[in-house]
Amino acid sequence: MNILRILDKLSDDKFFTTEFSRGEAMKTLAKTGTKAAMVAIPVGAGLMSTSAKANTTATVESGSVFKSALTDALQLALTLEYLEDEYYRIGLNTAGLIASSDLVVFQQISKHEAAHVNFLKTALTSLGVTPATKPTFDFTANGNFSPFTDYNQFLTLAQAFEDTGVRAYKGQAGNVMSNPTILQAALQIHSVEARHASQVRRMRSNKGWIELNNGGNMPAATNPVYAGEENTNQAGFNTASLFGPEAGSAAYDEILSGTDATAIASLFIV
Amino acid sequence: MKTKKTFSSYIAVKENFTHSFLVFQYQIIILLLKLKKSLKIIIMKKTISISNQGATLDTSRRNFLKLSGIGLALAGLTFVGCEEGVVVDSGIFDLGQGDVGILNYAYALEQLEADFYTKVVNNFYSGISTVEKQVLTDLYHHEVVHRDFFKAAISGATTHVLPKLEFQYPNVDWNNRNSVLATAKALEDTGVAAYNGAGKYIKTPDYLVIAGKIVSVEARHASAIRDLINPGSAAFSGDDIIDANGLDVAKEPSEIVPVAAGFIKTPFTWKEQGIG
Repeated sequence: MNILRILDKLSDDKFFTTEFSRGEAMKTLAKTGTKAAMVAIPVGAGLMSTSAKANTTATVESGSVFKSALTDALQLALTLEYLEDEYYRIGLNTAGLIASSDLVVFQQISKHEAAHVNFLKTALTSLGVTPATKPTFDFTANGNFSPFTDYNQFLTLAQAFEDTGVRAYKGQAGNVMSNPTILQAALQIHSVEARHASQVRRMRSNKGWIELNNGGNMPAATNPVYAGEENTNQAGFNTASLFGPEAGSAAYDEILSGTDATAIASLFIV
Repeated sequence: MKTKKTFSSYIAVKENFTHSFLVFQYQIIILLLKLKKSLKIIIMKKTISISNQGATLDTSRRNFLKLSGIGLALAGLTFVGCEEGVVVDSGIFDLGQGDVGILNYAYALEQLEADFYTKVVNNFYSGISTVEKQVLTDLYHHEVVHRDFFKAAISGATTHVLPKLEFQYPNVDWNNRNSVLATAKALEDTGVAAYNGAGKYIKTPDYLVIAGKIVSVEARHASAIRDLINPGSAAFSGDDIIDANGLDVAKEPSEIVPVAAGFIKTPFTWKEQGIG
């Protein structure tokens, strides 16, 4: 750990969140236990008080806004994880549904979704917020699907849930970036969802990535999951210019807004 | 620049640095006046050695050795300069500070991946299946798009753009399926861990979103490559990379760069992250 980095951390990161009081920041630093960190504390405290003075009003006010944006994002993530967790659990508990050669894949995915539920609950609790309770799910979406009697439909919805998860986490990046620890954990979950999505897509004879807004042999009801994925303009760069729009769009996964992700999840919530 | 330095010694180093830098600047001015013509040549030569323009992966053994030699010599200079707290204009590119540094870091990794798959698709290993050919071709497309995107995006934001890097693959047998897929797996998993670990250093929300759009595609790649190696198993998101909390790997730049450096011939530093 480099001194400049410690100073930078003290002056920037911690002040974006109300979760880290000054005392906690000290404790965190003290825990690192390196000589450099200890020496840096008085200097860091100086920097902190300066920026605290300068930003007192802004920090207090925007702090609560940041915190609610942060915990709202985690609550949304928890809802999506509840959905995936229950979906795979029911699937695995339904005798004869999942092809025996695919069991190991879904056991692995299910294990991760269960861990994500626990992790997010713990994260919310540690931020002083009560985790949302598990909704009641209807995976038939009012009788439109029969995933637990038709394995192809089970795979179809699994793909839709995983591709949605990837986009939904990405859509919350801006809301969790105020807290570096949470941001990193969210990214670590996000890439696991992407690994799942790729695997399930490939089990359905699709490519692991999404070309244009074509989900790949998916029912029209899942169109909102793929809407916007055809984008080939990234910060003004035309990603289709090199190898065409299929490769250009597939090279980037698009975000889903919280509203759009909630709308998709709501189809399966009673 | 290591953790053991106390703050007072840091200040001393900084003062020393400022003093040395002024002396250095003064010397440069004198030099400029006296040796205007020859210095220009030196600077031009340095520029060539940084960008390695014109040199390709097919460089002869002699060129390769020559380039490596320059790289090592310059790397040595920077290291000494850093330890002494004196900046030596060694001609080695530093990735930069703040978001520029992160973007150049991502650009370096995307250059590596793009270069690797370019070699793969130009010389597919024998006995490659249709599915494997399709996957590797798509990965080649995506990584080249990522690479060129970063070049354009960074060039639009700053003049401090990482030059084109030179690569080497001493342990890759291009005609061997296991060797190529194992390297692809390592590169994709490394890419995921790198983006996951660098996200928290990004200050501009738009850049974070872009990184997020790319990292999930890297994870999709990693999953597919892992499944090509161990079909139908749990390897696509195996216990070797996903922990008990269901979290993928996240690595600090200081952990990633030394590993990637095994493939990268062109030296660079990233002082803000304590690298070089």
